[in-house]
Amino acid sequence: MTDATLQTADAGRVDFRSPAAQAHLRKRYAVESRFKFYGVAAIAFAAFFIVFLVSDIVTKAIPAFTEHRLSITLTPTAERVAEGGRTDRQTLMAGDWNAVVRDGVGKYFPDVTNRAQRSKLYNELISIGGGDDIRNRVIADPSLLGKPVQAQVLLSDDSDLYFKGMMTERTEREGRGSIGVSGTSGDVSIATNVNDFAQDVARVRSDLQAAARRAQLEINRLKAALETVAPDRRAALQDQINRQIAVATDMDRRAKSVGGTELIGDSTSSVLVKMNGGVIKLTEIGNEKASGTVLIPLKDASEAKPGSWKIINLTTPEGSRKLSDQQIAWLDRMKEEGLVTQAFASRLFFSGDSREPELAGIIGGLTGTALTMLVTLVLCLPIGVLAAIYLEEFAPKNRLTDFIEININNLAAVPSIVFGLLGLAIFLNTFDMPRSSPLVGGLVLALLVLPTIIISSRAALKAVPPSIREAALGLGASKQQAVFQHVLPVAMPGVLTGTIIGMAHALGETAPLLMIGMVAFIIDVPRSVTESATVLPVQIFLWSDLPEPAFQAKTAAAIVILLLFLFVMNGAAIWLRRRFERRW
Amino acid sequence: MNKTFLLAGLCAAALATGGTAASARDQIRIVGSSTVYPFTTAVAEQFGKAGNKAPVVESTGTGGGMKLFCAGVGAQHPDASNASRRITKREFEDCKTNGVTDVIETKIGFDGLTVANSKSGPDLKLTKEQIFLALAKNVPNAEGKLVPNPYKNWSDINAALPNIKIEVLGPPPSSGTRDSFHELVMEPGAEAIPALKALKAADRKAFDTAWKQLREDGGYVEAGENDNLIVQKLVANPASVGVFGFSFLEENTAKIKGATINGISPTFENIASGTYTVARPLFIYFKKQHVGVIPGLDKFMVEFVSDRAIGEDGYLSRKGLVALPKADVAKVRADIQAQRILTSEAGL
Repeated sequence: MTDATLQTADAGRVDFRSPAAQAHLRKRYAVESRFKFYGVAAIAFAAFFIVFLVSDIVTKAIPAFTEHRLSITLTPTAERVAEGGRTDRQTLMAGDWNAVVRDGVGKYFPDVTNRAQRSKLYNELISIGGGDDIRNRVIADPSLLGKPVQAQVLLSDDSDLYFKGMMTERTEREGRGSIGVSGTSGDVSIATNVNDFAQDVARVRSDLQAAARRAQLEINRLKAALETVAPDRRAALQDQINRQIAVATDMDRRAKSVGGTELIGDSTSSVLVKMNGGVIKLTEIGNEKASGTVLIPLKDASEAKPGSWKIINLTTPEGSRKLSDQQIAWLDRMKEEGLVTQAFASRLFFSGDSREPELAGIIGGLTGTALTMLVTLVLCLPIGVLAAIYLEEFAPKNRLTDFIEININNLAAVPSIVFGLLGLAIFLNTFDMPRSSPLVGGLVLALLVLPTIIISSRAALKAVPPSIREAALGLGASKQQAVFQHVLPVAMPGVLTGTIIGMAHALGETAPLLMIGMVAFIIDVPRSVTESATVLPVQIFLWSDLPEPAFQAKTAAAIVILLLFLFVMNGAAIWLRRRFERRW
Repeated sequence: MNKTFLLAGLCAAALATGGTAASARDQIRIVGSSTVYPFTTAVAEQFGKAGNKAPVVESTGTGGGMKLFCAGVGAQHPDASNASRRITKREFEDCKTNGVTDVIETKIGFDGLTVANSKSGPDLKLTKEQIFLALAKNVPNAEGKLVPNPYKNWSDINAALPNIKIEVLGPPPSSGTRDSFHELVMEPGAEAIPALKALKAADRKAFDTAWKQLREDGGYVEAGENDNLIVQKLVANPASVGVFGFSFLEENTAKIKGATINGISPTFENIASGTYTVARPLFIYFKKQHVGVIPGLDKFMVEFVSDRAIGEDGYLSRKGLVALPKADVAKVRADIQAQRILTSEAGL
């Protein structure tokens, strides 16, 4: 842009109203507004991703904040939990509290007697820590022994997922006709006087239709492939095609049939009938008749009136979920009895790690993080600030200090895993410090954040106006007095901001901790800096890798808590800066 | 500024106490494989619940774990190591050189490797040979010469396979699962091809390179160590196929399905009976020299091989471990009772 393009009225005078000047001005404004638009677009883009990320994590985390329990009356008997009649803490801790729970829950399921069924009911639906609440109550007050006590029994992760609707979709509708049944247990047949099951039959058949259509496409493709395949493989392929055709024709025939009955296998969504106080799982259905297996025995085999019985659909097929129809029938029964309650999962915050998703909590990781950060802070702040002061204010400018400065800047960019290796070699192997301890973790993270703190502290010191330093020196203060009494207090907000940002960086580190053994499963909450511990980001990493779906929600919840921790730290940085900032 | 110096003093004090507290240890320490980690931690938790001090279980990977385990005897070294493969001869010798002479080997069960895809994708019926042809970097052409893998779609390999792009998500080379995948699928898959079988007899080294190299043109995607991530990606893209441990298939049956390999589907029963051949044994190694030194180690060993843990209906089978056959359980238990150590005759 040069003035040469502008039309000038007189030599040296620019006519700002000339069309050329106006056009030029418009162009400059346009460039500016375009730049503003790019800026807004960049921020909107970044904001969109942040909102997306945070909302995704929060929605995933929500299920982890509640849990389902049974609130049930249990009777802890001496023979179950107090060996030899002793009621001291040690004996009671070792008692078989899960047996107490089994006795209590068993009252509602008197018909469940064989071993495999009992295991399915007690081991898979109720948490392995289900007896913890009653145990703690009795230990606190041994006089409860032998008396009925109202207690909370934690359900397993799978039961919890079912009640949260994450296992299968469940719909329930009332039967319109009156229904007769052939028996109260075992395999039974049922019949209604209207076509109550018509829509279930239709659904099964439309599923079959879709499957047949898919099979037909596959057959067409294979037939086309038959031409291209090598002669020696042709026979095998033809064989496969013939088998596919047989399957497809059978499915097609079943899908098109009218009336009659249809089978429900474990790859079709389940249909349960609830009548006369029991539950029947249907294995074969027609429009108005069906046969099936009794899951929960019926009270009697009398006819049920319209509206007094129900048809339940579980959309996810039995073969595709962790809980069987039988187990879901049991859970539904517990719910009808009013035993199931949903409550805030305080366990998430107040218990240590566990392999059972419903029992796992973050307190171990959180305490480990706090201890590690304490060690890091205690080391970093004085060393970092003093190093910065010396280098900035006292050190002579020569090759050696230049070399040190370059090295500090380089260290700030070294990958964090390298500090882990250093920690392993020095603190663990040479100094024999305890593996997995917050002490070593804190030391390693201190090495990691020291360069950041030194660099930002030097910048803060450099930003202090020279007039302050010179005024102090001019009034006869020594160099040290000038620095510590005048320069440093003014630079403190910058120093603290740098420190907190460095600490926030250390808070999220996992890689260096792998080397020094902090990536570990540790149940006990650490009580000192030398006990084994893990930290919150490591806890997140370990949970994210476990197969149980319930751990996914726990992972997201732990991430939310870590983010809150970071918000608080960065908030503190801003507050400190505002609090101590001075202006000239 | 006095405060700063106070802090510095505190830190010096913390350092001083830390330096002395390292020697004694009342807690069992276990390192090793991330595949065995979910099972060992479950045992550790149960052991802790029974009134003992709960062991610390680190997830370091099999190789890293063995290195730590074999580094020496004494409280600063771990007491046990998880392994998703057997200890190698070199590791065993390394152990011996460092004074770890009495090692107890315990086979705890099996882990099936599964090839799976989304429920909404096509049913896959694969053979090891087909998987080799789909994933190897170089495959034999019609004349039996190794050429860069030309196959784009599964149906290019065999017309009976679905007509979708070959895109397999699997573990990176650093993973023990990847090692097992090479040994259990790629090597036998290569051997099933006559041209490569001939190559094996003629030039063993060239044959080994052939099955150890996976294609790098996008057919095989290294999806990281996190198997949950692979499952999520499979659900998002029904045309892709994943490779991971059986417990992830078992926990996600609503979303994904396992491919049959050589006609056998990956089920608990098939892996336990040995008919599904893409399965590997899992181990834990104990240091006998630490028994009696580290409190509770002998009790922990007994808990690990108890019926309620590794038995058919034990809590580990609910966590996805495929239990050993009954006779093997009895043998493993006898070995632990007798604290029988691994000797060089063990066929390493």
